[in-house]
Amino acid sequence: MSTHQDHSLDSFGDAAASATRVTPGNALRPEDIALQTDRPTEDVAQYALRLGDDSLVLAQRLGHWISRGPEIEEDIALGNIALDLLGHARSFLTYAGHAWDKTEDDLAYWREEDEFRSAWIFEQPNGDFGVTIARQLVVSVFQRLLYSRLVNSTDATIAAISAKALKEVDYHRDHATQWTLRLGDGTEESHRRMQEALELMWPYVDELFDDDELTERIGAVGVLPSSLRAEFDAEIAAVLDEATLTLPAVPRASGGGRRGEHTEHLGYLLAEMQVLARKHPGATW
Amino acid sequence: MSNQPNIWPLWEVFVRSSRGLSHVHAGSLHAPDAEMALRNARDLYTRRNEGVSIWVVPSDAITASDPDAKGSFFESPQGKDYRHATYYTKSEGVKHL
Repeated sequence: MSTHQDHSLDSFGDAAASATRVTPGNALRPEDIALQTDRPTEDVAQYALRLGDDSLVLAQRLGHWISRGPEIEEDIALGNIALDLLGHARSFLTYAGHAWDKTEDDLAYWREEDEFRSAWIFEQPNGDFGVTIARQLVVSVFQRLLYSRLVNSTDATIAAISAKALKEVDYHRDHATQWTLRLGDGTEESHRRMQEALELMWPYVDELFDDDELTERIGAVGVLPSSLRAEFDAEIAAVLDEATLTLPAVPRASGGGRRGEHTEHLGYLLAEMQVLARKHPGATW
Repeated sequence: MSNQPNIWPLWEVFVRSSRGLSHVHAGSLHAPDAEMALRNARDLYTRRNEGVSIWVVPSDAITASDPDAKGSFFESPQGKDYRHATYYTKSEGVKHL
């Protein structure tokens, strides 16, 4: 253990936990990362930017379900997942921003569409509840595999953010799996719509596993996306089989999010997400 | 409301906090089945680090006492001091009671 330093948050730690008091716990927060002084290399920052953008765009998408969920309990479940993802995005963007002297807000609110590095699946519209669940299934299985490798990243900050994110995306995967089973193996109508949702989402799966120059250059800081594919396919096949659903056989979308090329949906999403910050620069609340 | 076919059934949620010895009733929620009820309970009642264990019970599995029978059910022990240990005085010869 390190020597005792000034920890203004000591009172929030588990040491102060009691039966009558709730605590936020000791997990790594974006605010802690903001206080770090080490500057990631350009490559590491670009990699963190991809991870952050994936989560930020999906958080914004899922946030749209709030007050629109099929039941209030599900409304809260999707809202919780969105907030988890927003937390991951804040940590990754804060870290990436160190390389360019930018804050998480600079990166979230003041970049243009072609500066975002998220893959296409994250920006796809919510559709009906089944489409959202299909997207959640793909994304959460992918992210869980990804973070389970990144906890061993040679970059300490990426490893630490991933360790926190791993527990959360594991729950996201459970949530998506439970719903896929119920919708797939539910009524005739729910089965039909869930199958359609999978067909709609599947063209965007391949892009997640594309290696490129950056993922090859950074080596053990990151993980080669293609190395996760076999496990992803096996996990998905098991869920779809139990849910009596069929793996779609559809051609892949071209992709290009990692290079800043996006589908038509991202621009509208960003316009809504960024309008307030751009209309009132520097405003806090 | 609860007779409408499309409303999910109601569940009672019990949460044990990290230092609690027993599960305590936290509230209720709707869920299509027990597994989903557990997950909804996790999202609703443990989002601020409140718990380490959750039970869910179908609300209709609980038999409750009748509020109108409060008198005969709960007021009879009143005035029966001898049911409390403090009613009794300690004998002089007893040292370790």
